[in-house]
Amino acid sequence: MRNRILDTSTLDKELLKQLDAFIDSLEGDKQEHLIHVLHKAQDLFSYLPQNLQLYIARKLDLSGARVNGVVTFYSYFNEKPVGKYIISVCMGTACFVKGADKVLERVLELTGTSKNEMSSDGLFTVKDVRCIGACGLAPVMTVNDKVYGKVKPKDVDDIIRHYRSIQYESK
Amino acid sequence: MKLIDKMVQLKINDISINVERGTTVLDAAEKIGVHIPTLCHLNLEDFGVVNKSASCRVCVVEDENTGRLIPSCAQEVYDGMKIQTDSLKAVMGRRTNLELLLSNHPNDCLTCVKNLDCELQSLAYELNIKEIHYQGEKMKHPVDITSFGITKDTNKCIMCRRCVTMCNDIQTVGVLGALKRGFDSVVATAFHLDLNQTSCTYCGQCVSVCPTGALAETNDSPKVWRALNNPNKHVIVQVAPAVRAAIGEEFGYEPGEILTGKVVSGLRRLGFHQVFDTNFAADLTIIEEATELVDRIQNKKTLPMLTSCCPAWVQFIEHQFPELLDVPSSCKSPHEMLGVLAKTYYAQVNNLDPKDIVMVSIMPCTAKKAEAARGELNKDGLSDVDHVITTRELARMFKEASIDFTKLPNDEFDNLLGESTGAAAIFGTTGGVIEAATRTAYEMITGKELKEVDFKQLRGIEGIREAKVNIGDLELNIGIAHGLGNARKLLQDIRDGKSHFHAIEIMACPGGCIGGGGQPYHHGHTDILLKRQQALYDLDASMPRRKSHENEMLIKLYDDFLGKPGGHLAHDLLHTTYSAKERI
Ligand code: SF4
Ligand code: SF4
Ligand code: FES
Ligand code: FES
Repeated sequence: MRNRILDTSTLDKELLKQLDAFIDSLEGDKQEHLIHVLHKAQDLFSYLPQNLQLYIARKLDLSGARVNGVVTFYSYFNEKPVGKYIISVCMGTACFVKGADKVLERVLELTGTSKNEMSSDGLFTVKDVRCIGACGLAPVMTVNDKVYGKVKPKDVDDIIRHYRSIQYESK
Repeated sequence: MKLIDKMVQLKINDISINVERGTTVLDAAEKIGVHIPTLCHLNLEDFGVVNKSASCRVCVVEDENTGRLIPSCAQEVYDGMKIQTDSLKAVMGRRTNLELLLSNHPNDCLTCVKNLDCELQSLAYELNIKEIHYQGEKMKHPVDITSFGITKDTNKCIMCRRCVTMCNDIQTVGVLGALKRGFDSVVATAFHLDLNQTSCTYCGQCVSVCPTGALAETNDSPKVWRALNNPNKHVIVQVAPAVRAAIGEEFGYEPGEILTGKVVSGLRRLGFHQVFDTNFAADLTIIEEATELVDRIQNKKTLPMLTSCCPAWVQFIEHQFPELLDVPSSCKSPHEMLGVLAKTYYAQVNNLDPKDIVMVSIMPCTAKKAEAARGELNKDGLSDVDHVITTRELARMFKEASIDFTKLPNDEFDNLLGESTGAAAIFGTTGGVIEAATRTAYEMITGKELKEVDFKQLRGIEGIREAKVNIGDLELNIGIAHGLGNARKLLQDIRDGKSHFHAIEIMACPGGCIGGGGQPYHHGHTDILLKRQQALYDLDASMPRRKSHENEMLIKLYDDFLGKPGGHLAHDLLHTTYSAKERI
């Protein structure tokens, strides 16, 4: 194989076994379960590298382009390694008019990274996402499962500081 | 359901009409001769698919009941609907939508490969676009020039997804798909891989439906000009069977006119030293292939045998069914056979150094470009074929040289590798190769003369066909598939041990080579393919000899040079191997 990033033999065998077991346990037309399979795979591998997408495509007898299309359609899926904390800043209309772009800007500044890239310390990945259905709290950002509403750019400092310090505490 | 429930009454431009429930406004309008411009929509019913992405919105019309603009290609009729296709609102709406598309388009029509053959360009003319009122961000994608067959310039893509429908639903290769969403959305390969890193077969069917210059054949005519300009090169050209039945369309002829004589004289005017006929090599392929088939049947070797003259199909089986590589015939495709003979036999006879020979193939096909670059297809380090240009590229070269094609005289092919039979003529259509092989296999097996050469049961246009042919006491089961999705079905049967065929003919393009990815664009008028097909059958019927093994130059070639069909030298020069490839 000329293209090394597509080599499926470098994937973790143990994790693949778990993924295979999950796929085998699915009932009915397995192709219909693509999204479930991708969720499971991301849970296991923490992100969906290209060779993993290809592995899933072959396993479900779908084309690579189809799987990659679904992965890139939903901002939930990550094609690149992600930090311990995933910060999602909502860019839906309600959030946007309340200044979400400023919030995002500050988040990127403090984490020292760009959109969809992992910060160099491996702590954060920052994403802009579409409306997450909490418009009443606009502007909204989330860190993993925790939701922060009515966020102002200056609030961002405290939030980031919090995650940086619990990182040290847990050590 | 009562008939009345099935019918819907509506008005289009104040004309009352009854149509079946479920009909789109576009189809209803067509029934009464009202034209609505479209772009993304493409009806390929003959191939079993309609592209209904409803993405471009240039087909909007006004629904008078609601005052809203609706996409006519997707919207179904309802009772009491009142449509205006030419209200000011509809006209303006269409124009706005087209301008929006154009605002994110390079608009470099002058130098675009699709100039004057582009549906976006014609629409800009039709909708009287004189100014683009919107200015927006333009997409910026690298142009993929990595493959030998197809060039993909995503910046010209209008996201109609015709190619995605073609590659996935008809060809089932699945190389192209829709990635991402919103402004970032793009029609691309998985992970934006270069085409040559994917399982693309280079069939070019995506090219044949792309309305713009986003997908096109790789332009190899500059290489041909360079060869013609090099005084040290002896430049030979050959012409495939399907080219002669289609090239006229580029010069205003009705589809289905055979123009072999003009092509030959035109090629001489361009400066080629020898003009050979791929049909000669088609006859040769039949001798080799029929010999192989008879051997496989009589000696109980692998069956079915699959024809191997379509390189897109070869690419397909290598990637998609790598476990079945012993079923295709080992024969090279005809133009490759002719290429290697030009550099061996012809070179010997004329005392030429094979290194000085440049072999150019005029093909209906984009996959032949990639085929010519295959490492397997060479002799002593020299490629059998050096350059491949498509029917469309040849037409452009004639225009470029200001040759008036319509006024060209009729010339004959050069000797040595120029004679052919009716059996070769039908190579260009689905069913033709296997019919030609059957004519020869019949006489090989029975030793008797075949009186009735027309095997009508092998003809037609359905995607998968099967027929029985009695050869002596052997009943030969023959399968035929065209379009790779249909081929896939027959291959699955072979893999699952359910195939009862002795021989199967497969062509990647719907219709066979007459519908090749390098032919003049049909713009959705697939009936053109039927006319090209008929022309080839008529040509066959008009030929004095209609069995490949009666080709006299060919008999001489075996006597003087090759020895026995399927013999040692024949094997060395005319046969090839396949290798398993990964599926992406
Ligand atoms: S050339 Fe054929 S296989 Fe390749 S992308 Fe186009 S339709 Fe698909
Ligand atoms: S590449 Fe051509 S056919 Fe494919 S979506 Fe773009 S414009 Fe349409
Ligand atoms: S727009 Fe941000 S939550 Fe709805
Ligand atoms: S033709 Fe109807 S939306 Fe494109």
